[in-house]
Amino acid sequence: MKVDIEQRILAVNDELAEANRRLFAEHGVFVLDLMASPGAGKTSTILATIAALRDRYSIAVIEGDIASKVDAEKVRAHGIPAVQINTGGACHLESAMVRRAVETLDLGEIDLIIIENVGNLVCPSDFDLGESAKVIILSVPEGHDKPYKYPNIFQVSEAVILNKYDTLSVFDFDETEFREVVRSLNGQVPVFPMSATTGDGVAAWAEWLAARIDAARDGDAS
Amino acid sequence: MHEMGIAEGILTSSLDAAEDAGATRITRVFVTIGELTEVMEDALQFAWEAITPETMAEGSALTVTMVAPVSRCADCGHEWAHDRYSGAQCPSCEGWVVALLRGRELKIDSIDIDEEGDA
Repeated sequence: MKVDIEQRILAVNDELAEANRRLFAEHGVFVLDLMASPGAGKTSTILATIAALRDRYSIAVIEGDIASKVDAEKVRAHGIPAVQINTGGACHLESAMVRRAVETLDLGEIDLIIIENVGNLVCPSDFDLGESAKVIILSVPEGHDKPYKYPNIFQVSEAVILNKYDTLSVFDFDETEFREVVRSLNGQVPVFPMSATTGDGVAAWAEWLAARIDAARDGDAS
Repeated sequence: MHEMGIAEGILTSSLDAAEDAGATRITRVFVTIGELTEVMEDALQFAWEAITPETMAEGSALTVTMVAPVSRCADCGHEWAHDRYSGAQCPSCEGWVVALLRGRELKIDSIDIDEEGDA
């Protein structure tokens, strides 16, 4: 006998993600899911973003890693609340993990939560966490061909950060080709060249993010 | 390699539906996967074989239907099939406002079961 099911495979994750999204909307919190490979500069980008926006917004960070709490400690050293999630081997965050982390934060006091996903260009792209926007960081040393190899993560992202831009002259990185491939994958997604460690280019990214946070606070977030 | 998590999602839904239907065994599970997701069919089959033993779905087959992406242009209404790299811009009017109609599915369609009393 055949039994029809007609259900999303990740229904459990997706339902919890929607519950997260409602919770964030109730509190007017903007939630950024930051994705990148290991070593692309996720934590540096978070610290640079905090430096640019901490006078205007109350910020908290959720750090996702397979093991260790070094990233959360780095963020806390700057006086920002940070929750560490250890996935214990899983290659991506899921909405239930985010929910547990969020329950330790005072959402009424927070405007922006930055989630640092597990370093990986594949799996995080298929999992809805209830975030307001997914953003990908690619760093110059990784090479301009990465969007060809990991297209999905560039397609689900609402902005692309091109980090370590200060090293462009020493790597064989074709920025024109990079931008063309990104455009072929995701139309008019904004690309922000920057160096999280020198601070160059951070302002343009921070202003884009600020506009999105303001929209979330005004209650018309996507 | 998140196919294990995907396989677990398929198994959970299959077992729930099978119990509701009074099944004694699941013989086949049908799923639909969009080509734009990062799911590899081989890895999914491997994960399915790894997690189904000692469940009602032990020994069951997993039938995967892959779906090629199709998009629709918001400006001119043109619909076209494409690969991963040619879906962002309408080939007819060159507009950039497009909606993906198919290609990102992660869906469990149905299961074949044996019921109480089946041979």
